Order: sequence, then C-alpha cells, then structure tokens
Amino acid sequence: MQKSLTIDPEKCTGCLQCEMACSYQSDGLFNPSKSRIKVFNFHEEGRFVPYTCTQCDEAWCLHACPVDAITLDASTGAKIVNADTCVGCKVCTIACPFGTVNYNSDTGKVAKCDLCAGDPACAKACPTDAITYVDADATGYERMKEWAAKTDAGMTAGA
Amino acid sequence: MAWTKKYLRVNLTEGTIKVEDLNMAWANEYLGQRGLATRYLIDEIDPKCDALSPENKMIMTTGPLTGTMASTGGRYSVVCKSPLTGAVACSNSGGLFGAELKSAGWDMIIFEGKSASPVYLSIQNEKAELLSAEALWGKSVWEADAILHKTHQDPQLKVAAVGRSAEQGCLYAAIVNDMHRAAGRSGVGTVMASKNLKAVVVRGTRGVGNIKDMPRFMDATNAGKAVLAENPVTGQGLPALGTQVLMNVINEVGAMPTRNMRETQFEGAHKIAGEAMLEPRKSDGKPNLTRNGGCFGCTIACGRISTIDRTHFSVQDKPEYWGNSGGLEYEAAWAMGSDCGVDDLDALTYANFLCNEDGMDPISFGATLAAAMEMFEDGDLTTEQTGGMELKFGSAEALCWAAEVVATGEGFGADLGLGSKRLCEKYGRPELSMTVKGQEFPAYDPRGMQGMGLTYATSNRGACHLRSYTVSSEVLGVPVKTDPLETDGKADLVKAFQDATAAVDSAGLCIFTTFAWSMEDIAPQVDAACEGEWSVEKMLEVGERVWQLERQFNQAAGIGGDQDTLPKRLLTEGAGSGPAQGKVAELDKMLPQYYELRGWNTDGSMTDATRQKWNLPA
Amino acid sequence: MHHVIIGAGPAGVVAAENLRKLDPTAKISIYGAEREVPYSRMAIPYFLIENVPEQGTHLRKNDRHYDLMNIEVHQQRVDKIDAAAKALSLEDGSTVNYDKLLIATGSHPVRPPIPGMELENVHSCWTLEDGRAIAEKAKPGNTVVLMGAGFIGCIILESLAIRGVDLTVVEAENRMVPRMMNEISGNLIKRWCEEKGVNVRTSTRVDGIEEGGDKALKLSFNDGSTMEADVVICATGVRPNIAFLEGSGINTDEGILVNPYLETSQADIFAAGDVCQGLDFSTGSYMVQAIQPTAADHGMLAANNMVDGREQRHRGCVNMNVLDTMGLISASFGLWEGSGGDRSALEDYDNYRYLELQFEDDVLVGANSLGLTQHVGVLRGLIQSRTRLGKWKEKLMQDPTRVMEAYLACAQAQA
Ligand SMILES: Cc1cc2nc3c(=O)[nH]c(=O)nc-3n(C[C@H](O)[C@H](O)[C@H](O)COP(=O)(O)OP(=O)(O)OC[C@H]3O[C@@H](n4cnc5c(N)ncnc54)[C@H](O)[C@@H]3O)c2cc1C
Ligand code: SF4
Repeated sequence: MQKSLTIDPEKCTGCLQCEMACSYQSDGLFNPSKSRIKVFNFHEEGRFVPYTCTQCDEAWCLHACPVDAITLDASTGAKIVNADTCVGCKVCTIACPFGTVNYNSDTGKVAKCDLCAGDPACAKACPTDAITYVDADATGYERMKEWAAKTDAGMTAGA
Repeated sequence: MAWTKKYLRVNLTEGTIKVEDLNMAWANEYLGQRGLATRYLIDEIDPKCDALSPENKMIMTTGPLTGTMASTGGRYSVVCKSPLTGAVACSNSGGLFGAELKSAGWDMIIFEGKSASPVYLSIQNEKAELLSAEALWGKSVWEADAILHKTHQDPQLKVAAVGRSAEQGCLYAAIVNDMHRAAGRSGVGTVMASKNLKAVVVRGTRGVGNIKDMPRFMDATNAGKAVLAENPVTGQGLPALGTQVLMNVINEVGAMPTRNMRETQFEGAHKIAGEAMLEPRKSDGKPNLTRNGGCFGCTIACGRISTIDRTHFSVQDKPEYWGNSGGLEYEAAWAMGSDCGVDDLDALTYANFLCNEDGMDPISFGATLAAAMEMFEDGDLTTEQTGGMELKFGSAEALCWAAEVVATGEGFGADLGLGSKRLCEKYGRPELSMTVKGQEFPAYDPRGMQGMGLTYATSNRGACHLRSYTVSSEVLGVPVKTDPLETDGKADLVKAFQDATAAVDSAGLCIFTTFAWSMEDIAPQVDAACEGEWSVEKMLEVGERVWQLERQFNQAAGIGGDQDTLPKRLLTEGAGSGPAQGKVAELDKMLPQYYELRGWNTDGSMTDATRQKWNLPA
Repeated sequence: MHHVIIGAGPAGVVAAENLRKLDPTAKISIYGAEREVPYSRMAIPYFLIENVPEQGTHLRKNDRHYDLMNIEVHQQRVDKIDAAAKALSLEDGSTVNYDKLLIATGSHPVRPPIPGMELENVHSCWTLEDGRAIAEKAKPGNTVVLMGAGFIGCIILESLAIRGVDLTVVEAENRMVPRMMNEISGNLIKRWCEEKGVNVRTSTRVDGIEEGGDKALKLSFNDGSTMEADVVICATGVRPNIAFLEGSGINTDEGILVNPYLETSQADIFAAGDVCQGLDFSTGSYMVQAIQPTAADHGMLAANNMVDGREQRHRGCVNMNVLDTMGLISASFGLWEGSGGDRSALEDYDNYRYLELQFEDDVLVGANSLGLTQHVGVLRGLIQSRTRLGKWKEKLMQDPTRVMEAYLACAQAQA
C-alpha cells in the first residue's frame, strides 16, 4: 500500500520544525519561507494547520507543465519537479488548485513536496505526530481528495 | 558559524541605517544575544545616563542558535538600560520574530538616539528603512499589528511593537511580538517608545545557515529534542498545563506570594491554576484553554491559547475579545491572581489579553496593583485618587479596570504605570513595595524558598525568577533536590544557576529547556553550530562572564551591593502558614558567601582581580 | 480502432497519451504540420534566453517516448477532412482513414493590415522556427521593436530584454496586457518595464514599416513619429487554425464549435486546445481561451470521450494566466474584471504589489495579482470549486492577502 502524508491539525503546536526540516532537506539551510510544507496560524480560532501537496491523482501540475518537468515517482506516488527540465514558466503554480506548487525567484524554478523519496523530513521532525507518513487511506487525506474531485474540470469524477 | 556576522545600526535622530560587522572577538567571549548585546551596550552608553533619554540605546538581538532547528531556537532579547530599575535590562522573547530577523540576515539591531516623530523600522531581508508611524501612534499593539500587516500585504510579516502604555510612559511597558509573546520585563517597551519607535517589522527569506558542522548539528539537536520529549516536565507537564503547572505545586510548598506578599498561600489557587484552565465552563461547555502553542522551533510548546467566557462581565459587550489569544502563564496568573487576591479565571485572562494588547509586563502590573490594593485597604489611597474604583483585594472588577487604565494611561492608570516602588513612595508607604532595585517580584515567596531570596536580591535586572530559577532544584529536584527552607549551599546553587542561565540566554535558546537539559546537552548543539570550541566549561565561563559584565554595568550605573537586598516584610515578617510558617528570608546567611564565590568585595563591589580575570571593560 | 489527432502541440500529445492509457490496443496517430519533434510553444521564450537548448522545448524528453507508448507521430500537414468518408488528405497527397478524430491544430499569429509586414526582418514569435530566426537577429545592442504588449508579447519581452537588445514596445491599448490585467496592474507592469530600461509606448499604433535608413527597417506611428529598428517582432494576436476545415461540415465561429463533450458538429470528430471554442467555466459560454492549461485539460477530456463507452461532461475551464515580466509576476483568473459583485483590492504601488478579488455573493469568481508567488493556485481552487466563503468573505474584503487562510478554512474545512 502506498503511503501518504497525513496531517492532524489538532496536534499541531505551530513550532515550524517541519518547515525547517523541509527547507533543510531540499536547500541545506533552515528557511521556513522556502518550505514546501507550510503551517497556517488561525489565531482567533487557536488552530495551526500544516498544509502541503497531497500528491493528488489528478495531478493538474503535471498535466499543465509544457515541458514534462513534473513526473510521477512510481515508488511513492509523488509528483516530482525535475529542476533541470523546469523552465520556470509557473503555469503549474496557477494550475494546482491547492496552491501547493510555488515559484522560487532565487532559483527561477518551482518547488513542491516530493515526499523526500519516501522518507519525509517533515514527518520525522514533527514533535507531536501532527504529521505522519502512513498508509494512504488514513483520515484527512480522503477528504482532501474529495475536494480535489470537486475542483476537477471534469476528467475523473464519474470516469 | 551560525551568526550572520552582520547587524544594523539605526540612528533614529539622524534617520540613518548602517550595516556593520559583528565583533567576532566579543562573540567568542560572550556568544550572542544577552551577553554580546550587553557587551555592546556597556561599550556604547554611559551607564549613568537617563534611561529614557536619547543617550540610552536599545539592542534587539538574536543568539547563534536563533532560527535553527535546535529546539526552542527562536529567541531574541532586548537589551538597554532600564527606566524601572536604572540597571541593565535584558528581556527575552519567543514567538516567531527573532527567527525572522535572523532569517533576514541580521544578528541584531542597535537603535540609538530618538526620532523627531513616530517611526517604525521595516526590514525585508537586506532592505531596511524607517517609515512613518504617525498612523500607528496611539494604537494598541494589536491594532498596529493589523495595520502593518495590511500595509505590507504580507501575512508572513512578523511584528514587534509597543502599545499605548509605553507611549504613555508606563515604566514596565513590554515589547510585544507576534501578538502575544513579549520582551516583558524592566520597561524595555518604555525605552522603545521614548525613542519614538513604534514597531519593528521584519520579513526574512534568506534562511539561517552558516552552521559549522551540519550533520553533527542535526545529531546534537535531535538528541536534545529526545531529552526534552522524555522529560516529565518538558515532555508532559509544560505542554499540558504550561507554566501554570506550578500554581498548585507552589501553593502547597507555601511559597505563593499572596495579597502583596502578606501571605504565602492563596485559598483560591486551585480556581486559577493550570488544571482549572482545562475545566469546561458552564456557558458554552468549552474550557478556558483551547490548546497549547509553540514558539519558533520549540518542541515543548508550553504556550497557552485561550478564550474568555463570552458571558463574563469583562467581555460580554466586547466581541473583539471573544477569539483565541495568548492565555495565562503562571507568572501572570499569580501576579494578577493571588497577589491581588483575585480568583476569577476569566478576569485574569481578560487582564492578560490587555497586557498583551497594550504591552504591559503582567508581573509588574499585578504586583503594583497588589501594592495599591494594600494601600487602599490601609486608607493611604481612596476612591478620590482612583476615580471611584474600590481597589479591594479580591476584586475582579478592580483588576479589569486597572488593566484598562494602565493600557491607556488614563487617570489613576498613570500612577499604576509608575510601578510599585514609585507608587508606594508617592503615597507615603515605601515599605509596601515588593521590589528589588525597583522591579517587582515574581511568583515565589523567598520565605518559603530561600534560594529565590538570594536570586532576587542579587539579580542584575532587579527581582526576577529568570536569572536563576532555583525553583527547579528546591521544588522540582532538578538537577538535584535541595531543601527550600535551607540556606546552606544556596549561594553555590544560585551562582551556578545564574551562570548557566546567562549562557542559555546568550545562545538563542529558551531557559525552560533547562528543566531537562544540562549544559552537557546544550554545549554540543552550540559547538556544532558555532565556529570555535564550545565545551561545557567554555559555556559556563561565558555565563559567568556575562554575569560579571552585567554587574559591572550596574556598578557603573551607581547600583551597588547596598541594593542586593529584599523588602523588609520578607526579612522580618514570618510566613503565616504552610511549610514555611514563621520563616523569614534569611538573606544575611547567604549573601556574604555569594559575594565571595563571585570574587567581589564584602560590600558587593567588583575587585580589580575579578575584572581582569573576566577581561571586563574598565 | 484508429484514433487520429491533427496537431502535435500539448492538446494533441496529451490526448494521445490519455487515449493510450484508456484504450491500450487502439492505433493512435498524430499528424503535425511542422518539421519538429512535438514541442511546446510556451517554452520558446526560455529557448530564446538560452535557458534551455532546443531539446528543452520538447513536450516529452525521452527520445523514444512515442515509440514506447506506441503512438505514431507524422510530420505532415492535413489539408482536408472528409467527414462522410472518415478520411483525411495529407500534404503529400495521401489519405488516412480514422475512426475517431481530434482536431488540435492550435492557432496562428495574425498581423495587422499595414504596409511592410511581409519584410524580411519582421517576425512573429510563434513557432520554434520563428524562435531560431529571432535568436539569430536579436543580438545585444540591436534595436528591436515589439508590436503588441499582450500576454504573448509580454512573455517575449522578457526574453528580448534579457538578450540585451535596445527594446521598444508598442501597444495600441492604454496599458500592458489589457486582456489579462486591469488598468491599475497593467500600468504598474508598464512602469516596472520602464524602470528596467524598456521603452513602452501604450495607446500607440504602428502605421507602416518600410526598408531603409541606417538600420534595416523604418517604422512610422499613428502620432506621426518614426523610428528605425533592426528587427520588428509582431505579437498582435492569434487566431485558431480553422481555414482547412472549409467544406468539412464542421461548424466554426471564432474557433471550432463543440458541445460539452468537446464533440464537433460532425460525429466522431472532436476538438481541443487553442483551436477549440470550448466551455468557459466562469461565464458558461463558449470561447477560445488559447492557454496551455486549457489545451491540456481539453486533450485529457477529449481523449476520454473518444473512447467508446466513456463519456465525461466538461465543466468548463477557468481562464487563467501567469506572466513574468522582467521579474514582476502577474496572474489573472476567471472573471478578473468582476461581474457586478463585491471587489476587494490591496494596492501597494511602491512595492509593485497588487491583489484584487472579485466576488459573486460570497463566492470568489475572479482575481488579478501582482507580485504574488506563494499559493497562487488556491485562487483557481476557490473559483473552480465555487466554495462559499461565509464569514471569510468579510475578512477577505478587509484583507485579500488572507486568501490562503480563507481557502483552508472554507475549502478544506480546516478552521
Ligand atoms: C511564445 C509563446 C509563449 C506562450 N506562453 C504561454 C504561457 O505562458 N501560458 C499559457 O497558458 N500559454 C502560453 N502560450 C500559448 C500556448 O502555447 C498555447 O495555448 C498552446 O500551445 C496551445 O496548444 P495546442 O496544442 O492547442 O496548440 P499548438 O501548441 O499551437 O499546437 C498546434 C499543433 O497543430 C499543428 N498544426 C496546425 N495546423 C495543422 C494542420 N493543418 N495539419 C497538421 N498539423 C497542424 C501545429 O504545427 C502544432 O503542432 C504561449 C505561446 C507562445 C507562442
Ligand atoms: S514552472 Fe517548471 S514545472 Fe511548472 S509548469 Fe513550468 S516548466 Fe513545468
């Protein structure tokens, strides 16, 4: 069974260890602003919500890319940006309805979660198990997928 | 490395901003943050200067581990001369602001002079500019925060600001960052406002690198995190109950200062304790505490995120206070609670929100109000001065009202903003001020915890628990259990805690880690990050050097050994109940030995030999 | 079963791949008019700045990709469709039969009817071949005039500027990217370009081009002024490639008319991409969007409906664009001009930041942004899911930059 990142906002304290771990994994330094996972702070509600790519089946980013820079990692199910191929056109950033592909002006390329080749740094760094890497049909993920279908221009729902 | 090795010098008088290189020789002696900034301060200002004059400088400073993956590595400090005490001020805060400043590429910011009109400093990585704060002046921290986020169109902007209390000259005004984290003590916010500096906003996207040995750093920080997770205090107690885990414990020990320290136990403690914050309330079935929250990089997450009961008198007509915000920490709950005799959790939470919203140190605020209440009960103060409010111990209405008037500086709020020492002097009862060097006590009665008596008396920033938290040893048994009522060995204990704390405060870490971490856990993290060698011995050496340097500043400011004392009440009136019944703070039994350990003269003054030993500036 | 696809652009290639996935045994053939490996027009600007070699513009990177998928790719123009006979005539005179046909012939650049457009140094920038020619002629220091500051013009503009030419942009409308950005943001882009040393002349038209002078070309403008240039690049718009459909019985308007299944007026013939006048999500009407994501979406959906027994109704594509004009990133979504509902905007002229949201009731229907690079996609997500924003609508009216929070709270029910 393929694994996926499962996020339980109830457990998140907003410490941002995941953001640092992510940026360290991909850029070698601690830089939350470049993290592919982002923790949102709902101050009034007293809630922290970590958020990143669900590696959805629809893969709008992958299909929108004009140069095949985003490919599927068959072992993890991750949609991966190949930085050498990416021309930086940003079409994927507007195509992804989850807003999880972001342009990095320093590199001139986009970045998204690649599941760290099956060993996600964010999940390892999370001190409260708010982020875990578990079998794909665990809670939370399903709801996001439902929503994904709702956004779809018509390719998968009912297909 | 870990330092960015660059800092900003902002001259508010001239309106100029310069980039300067960090003095790495000093960094090697003082590490960063508390120690290093104090080294700059002592070099750059006359310790005798008026703290609220343009001559004073204010340094916002990070440590080498700020912004890294080290647990709790998100701290920053504000260092200046204190208007409350006249001594060195160094207030430490968490949240996200410090790490953001570091990520923008700056180890610290030195503010000097005074702007002709209100300004704020905006930092976007390399770009730093002073912008007009006319539209922000007269606004609370929360209002300013909202305006600044809107102006800069960036939800990720981090804001540190002063509230109306600071503008009005409240002498214990804080600098509040990220809405409810504060560099709280000693009036650092008052200094900031005196410079016409309303806020500092920062967005840093450069990241923090410069780690000497990254793999080793990751190993060391991971090991540190495991220690925190396994420790019952940092792994369970603090996340579940926050610092409020202490309320019932300290009350039982008989060291809970109550009603301006007339008593040492509070009958209402259980109603305002951490456990009470978890009880569902009648109106909506929700508890006061929504959840715990962490500062940047913190794997403990002791922060409280709370709501006030919407039906409570303080907020029933104020929906703007119905949302979540920073909840009660033990110190605030004690100062505004037991020290004022108030056992109304919602009133305390409301007053706490106001302290965050308008930047007041809740310890000094609560303790000052407690002194005012005692004077009111004694008839030294009447409704004439208070404008009609009955300042009675136990009055939740009086507490909420006081927080409102201190926030705005209106009416009697201006008097309360003087702090307890000046207030008690003004109304002819100086002996009722529970302060050392002009700063109010925190939540541990020295009669029931002798080590804390020595801690308060000798603290370089006036009465303070965060300079040597011997509570750890005397109550929790960390690292070893000592008898709280015993004075033997306390001089050594206090010195060891003071030195270790100074080192932690200079690294960018939170002092709460030391419930679980010893220097053996901390030094390897610093050593893997910072160039040079940072052994346990070196760290303790840095700690002691920082302590000696602060003492040197105070001495030069005219604050000598004669001020290493406690209010008469604690030295002469025995505790009324609990395990410490009949006991007074036996400072005289500890102080001479402490001076000797420090290498000072018997009057507490610095010897030349000690000055040379630590290579202190003359 | 023989699936034939006319057009080797993204719409055609995505369709072919999806067909292969859904119909493993069918024969699949692509006919493309250009003598190129299937490539992406969008990547031409990056080829121009030498960010990628020619191969970097190819739609698929593996040389044997089409072989491996058992998709035949022919470099042959289709001249005629005989719907009754289910047959195509190719440029070499041969015919091909199909069972199902997809027309994905894209569009071609149009040039204004003014004198001199045929001159040697006047170019479009549409095909890879155009790209090679421009790379040859737009040398550092040369004077280049770009006609049209529309979306495509602005994309090329960046690459020309990076090539170090002395650049003038001429746009008939009063701002840059008039069909993508509103007046405020279009003018901010103009000011930005000017600050970067580009000469921008809005509300100006080129009246004619002639040979001669010190440089190869001499241009005259509607205000009577003239200037000389080495090269003129024309980016004044594109039109769908439908001319060859004459007599096929396939109904066209601006592009090929289709039903919600992307089927044309002729049985078993579908259309996709720039050539197709497809369903617009926001207006519910049919229009030519001429953008890459729509080409890919169409290709996927058309392929699905070409397979027997599969039927998927199109819900419409959100019209959207993202543009990088010399480092200033702009984006537009859906009904960015609004449709009579509330609007919320934040304007920061000094820092070139702008965000405008358009609502119908409490639903986001359109947006324009400048300088936003994080989580931009949720604008599409909110529009396309028609998420009711409830109390977050009011918060967004106060501060539109909180859109990501609104998205998490409402669309993901996270707060
Ligand atoms: C320079 C440039 C930059 C662009 N940038 C962007 C951008 O940033 N974002 C965006 O969304 N869009 C952009 N576009 C537009 C985008 O490239 C098109 O929307 C997309 O290519 C449409 O795909 P398509 O498959 O429908 O058509 P095309 O890519 O045009 O492919 C059509 C194919 O059909 C072939 N053909 C035509 N007629 C025949 C015939 N009779 N017989 C056989 N084959 C035929 C052509 O040779 C071609 O292979 C850009 C375009 C250009 C030129
Ligand atoms: S930005 Fe890169 S990955 Fe995204 S669509 Fe463009 S080329 Fe592909």
